Amino acid sequence: MANYKLKINNHDHEIEVDSDTPLLWVLRDHIGLVGTKYSCGISQCGACTVHMNDEAVRSCTLPVSAVGDNRITTIEGLSEKGDHPVQLAWDEVDVAQCGYCQAGQIMSASALLKKNAKPTEEEIETAMNGNICRCGTYHRIKEAVALASSKINRS
Amino acid sequence: MTKVLKTSRRDFLKIAVTTGGGLFLGFHLSSCESETMVVLTDQEVLKGALNFNSYLSVSPDGHVVIFSPNPELGQNIKTSFPMIVAEELDADWSKVRVVQANLETDKFDRQVTGGSGAMPHSWERLRKAGATARHMLVEAAAKRWEVPIASLSTADGEVIHKESGRKLSYGELANEAAKIEVPTEVKLKERKDFKIIGSPVKNVDNQAMFTGKPLFGLDFYREGMLNAMIQRPPFGMKLKSVVSDEAKGIAGIVDIVTFNNNVAVVGKSTWPIIKARKLLRIEYEPDGEVESSADHDRLFTVLMDGKEAQVMRQDGNVGEAFKNAAKVVTGEYQCPFLSHSPMEPMNFFAHVREDGVELVGPTQTPERARTETAELLGISPEKITLELTRLGGGFGRRLRADFVVEAVELSKMMKAPVKVTWTREDDITGGAYRPAVRYRFQAALDAEGNMVGYKLRGVGMNAGNCTRQDNFPSGAVDNLLIESVEHKSSITTNAWRAPITNFLAFAEQSFLDEVAEVAGKDPVAFRLDLLDKAKKNPVGEIHYDIDRMKGVIQLAAEKSNWGKKEGLSQGFSVYFSHRSYVAQVAEVRMTQGSPVLEKIYAATDCGIVVNPTGADQQVRGGMVDGMGHAMFSNMTFKNGVPEQKNFDSYRLIRMKEIPAIETHFVDNGIDPTGLGEPALPPTGGAIANAIFKATGKRLRNQPFVEQEELKAFQMGERM
Repeated sequence: MANYKLKINNHDHEIEVDSDTPLLWVLRDHIGLVGTKYSCGISQCGACTVHMNDEAVRSCTLPVSAVGDNRITTIEGLSEKGDHPVQLAWDEVDVAQCGYCQAGQIMSASALLKKNAKPTEEEIETAMNGNICRCGTYHRIKEAVALASSKINRS
Repeated sequence: MTKVLKTSRRDFLKIAVTTGGGLFLGFHLSSCESETMVVLTDQEVLKGALNFNSYLSVSPDGHVVIFSPNPELGQNIKTSFPMIVAEELDADWSKVRVVQANLETDKFDRQVTGGSGAMPHSWERLRKAGATARHMLVEAAAKRWEVPIASLSTADGEVIHKESGRKLSYGELANEAAKIEVPTEVKLKERKDFKIIGSPVKNVDNQAMFTGKPLFGLDFYREGMLNAMIQRPPFGMKLKSVVSDEAKGIAGIVDIVTFNNNVAVVGKSTWPIIKARKLLRIEYEPDGEVESSADHDRLFTVLMDGKEAQVMRQDGNVGEAFKNAAKVVTGEYQCPFLSHSPMEPMNFFAHVREDGVELVGPTQTPERARTETAELLGISPEKITLELTRLGGGFGRRLRADFVVEAVELSKMMKAPVKVTWTREDDITGGAYRPAVRYRFQAALDAEGNMVGYKLRGVGMNAGNCTRQDNFPSGAVDNLLIESVEHKSSITTNAWRAPITNFLAFAEQSFLDEVAEVAGKDPVAFRLDLLDKAKKNPVGEIHYDIDRMKGVIQLAAEKSNWGKKEGLSQGFSVYFSHRSYVAQVAEVRMTQGSPVLEKIYAATDCGIVVNPTGADQQVRGGMVDGMGHAMFSNMTFKNGVPEQKNFDSYRLIRMKEIPAIETHFVDNGIDPTGLGEPALPPTGGAIANAIFKATGKRLRNQPFVEQEELKAFQMGERM
């Protein structure tokens, strides 16, 4: 057990866990941020995607000891009022079916748009290919990323 | 508490049932009214709300609470059911709050998600629930104004007296209306008057999902709750011994217990449990047949050629027909076991107390979960409550209650509230699979190329009847024999989205293509000719609507410009299953010598389309699901142990692998049927038929990417 100070969604958290505890379980079990989802545990599906600084990372295989001073953003902290352009686009396109993977999809999409505000279709597919949607909402995810891109570039 | 502001139709108030404490979160995202996050308890949502019937309450402030009784797993029932109630109520949709009902069998029938059956079951009930309440509100207004009921109309949550220009909101009338006798007969709306049904309404849980609210079973938390994971035995094995001292030494582990050949690790949080599991030393011993995939292949051959089979349907005389045939076409098709692998792994919360049991979590069959719990504990079902969370997918896996019963067992043993969580590995290796099946088709053609004889034998691993004997082309062929054989395997199976038809449709529609090819006929014309024959001279009973099937065939052919596209190879497929009709056309283009799947068209007849955005999603999602599993997914076994354990080896379809999809719906005004399943079955056949057209290679086995027929090609992302 060791003590870790984490910066999550602009708040400081102090927790006592084993150094190999993945960030995912720190978020879910210790901090109560359950928007970040568990699905595969081996970085294959993207349901657990969060931002470390502004990069999309898979929290299910990121040990808490590797987080350090880096800023972590989860779906709960993506925007204060749920009005990030990606969240708005997801609602407008009505993307979700079961919805379980969508927080991870939104975090991957928002990290992409942060780096590349005008991605091509191919760039969208490459950035989103690591996120599995078992319900098959891929068409709408693509559409929503493109819409979010246009919202960002308009504002 | 923030006041709920006026919302537009697009930004209607969303309500989400959270787990834990029964909170309702209601908020909307209208950019100009961004200070509207409200958090309401269930008591507050229902405060002063007057109950009109099981489905709806009206608050004096004008809000309408509509309860959605069926488990929501992505089929969008939590939006489409309330739309139907709101339509007949003439409610203002922006003032509708949707609440997931818990298991309440005294209020609701059939709280089940499965078989695409909810919509046909509840359509009339939901309409009547809305219409009855509307009638009571109108009668209350008539009394207050002392005017005849016939002089009143309703719109957007108000009763209107046109003559005098007076209006009263439903909220204002709720108190008086709730006291009015419930009418036994009410008039339902004409379809032309629908305002909500048929218009695209967004998912009522969008905001909660997109901001990470605790909606799902895995998100449930209760103070003092223990977490548990379970190591279950391989298929055909039982627990011999377990050494758990080392595992118990991990900080945070509360106990390690065994029950029913399972070893459960119970702890305070998840990660120590995952670590401790790896330290368990468990020995198993055989407890029945320990099977491998090679055994299944051998069994398929033996049983396919065996004498024993259950005759499911027999028309005419197939012996004669095949003896006199000008040509005989034969094709054998095989599919593997498949895991359901919903994105949210199995989980459930149980708290077994002295005075009763509390269950919370994601299940497609809450009543079954309660029954099995009652049986296990030997208590009456009335002592058990079950709160439904949102389900992170189901695909049939959550029709079983095994994971619920596990939580109950452990809560009883630990004398504490327990949440059982399956890892992805537990899920993929844990059984309840789509059964592996092999089909052998034979068709007898006369000299003119007419199909005069048809034989199908299916052999399934724990598949029950693996045929659907009354499916097309039954009824259109004079001499027909359908047989089914089942092997009782130690590998467990369960309904998997579009049970049986998820592969049978591929096999049937591919084989019909083979027959059309040999007969020298166009695949669409061949099917239409058979349907015309069934209409004119039906053979035996016909269990599908010939005109509706023709309708989707013609619509798909028209929209895809069938047979008239240069440079594209088109493949056709049509299927009636789970009460709806879907025809599909897949298009493959040879690119640098290899087939690339570019697009699939779907024409669907599910009667009235309640929610166009939801319907498009269901068809699209079903097709992506059908495509992904036909192309990529495979479960194999060695000595009872699955060889695929997670998404690195068990392959699911990804974004880069999907072609364009175009969906169309037949507009015929018939009462609606379900859409969770019907679009999946035809997809594999349409793709395989297009690939045959493009390459001359006939795919008969799944998954496609592992078949010899495609080895010669460079397989890009889209095939």
